[in-house]
Amino acid sequence: MSDHQDAVLEVNHVHRDDVGARMGMWLFLLTEVLLFGGLFLVYAVYRYQYPDQFRIAGMELNTSIGTLNTIILLTSSLTVAISIAAIQKGNKLLSVIMLSLTLVMAFMFLVNKFFEWETKFSHGIIPGSKEMTSKPNGQILFYGLYFVMTGLHALHVIIGMIILAFMLVFVIRNKITEGNYVKLENSGLYWHLVDLIWIFLFPLFYLVQ
Amino acid sequence: MEANNKEQHIGYGTYILVWLSLLVFTSITVTVAGVNLGRYTLFIALLIAAIKSGLVINIFMHIKFDEPIFKVFIALSGFTLFIVFILTFFDILYR
Repeated sequence: MSDHQDAVLEVNHVHRDDVGARMGMWLFLLTEVLLFGGLFLVYAVYRYQYPDQFRIAGMELNTSIGTLNTIILLTSSLTVAISIAAIQKGNKLLSVIMLSLTLVMAFMFLVNKFFEWETKFSHGIIPGSKEMTSKPNGQILFYGLYFVMTGLHALHVIIGMIILAFMLVFVIRNKITEGNYVKLENSGLYWHLVDLIWIFLFPLFYLVQ
Repeated sequence: MEANNKEQHIGYGTYILVWLSLLVFTSITVTVAGVNLGRYTLFIALLIAAIKSGLVINIFMHIKFDEPIFKVFIALSGFTLFIVFILTFFDILYR
């Protein structure tokens, strides 16, 4: 109880509401869940209608790159979590290192994604291309969903990188400190959501057998 | 214990343990995908994805240690999504 009162007093003193800030972030994240949820719904319906076509098209995707990107993204989630824990303990250096590592891994993820799409493009699998539209309906839908969903996810990775880059600057300039880290926490939440969406994209696209 | 304190901080060790278990689950899901389990394949893949997201949400996103209202938020949006899926599949299956 006294802890709670202390917290309230502190909030009153600095005019800040960290719980409210996190709550706002979560509400935003839930709209993101519904955005991707709609796409997962479309995926579920068409996979139900074209199970064989989805399997044939899914076998074409590179499981190794998908697995590698899963490991990269999970690890980047760890480094973000550690960077927050580090700033909470007042360890600015560790926080900076971990945030930088996160940015490096996010970039590695995008590079892998680039080469993966590049390979697809070189095989003529481009949305709307002659090669694509001549395939059976189920495969067109699979590749369409693949490009839209992993593309939208990659866009989130890029946005996440921009946000985390700002956070890195804030930590370096002591705008984010041991006593005021809610910005970094919320950016971390966004990054974990990006990871969370990939956790479902990975088995649904790369592990269809 | 200050389990109910909203400012409770999670240590590096816990994060690393969660990360390791996420990697283990990833290797399990990749291995299982190579084995032909028929119609259980998708179910197992989704089950593992659900366990992984449970770990990420509870520990990385520290929902386990956050105030109950956050759990209500997540449960409500999850339930909404669930209802939408159910209604859509009713339409698809019984059209």
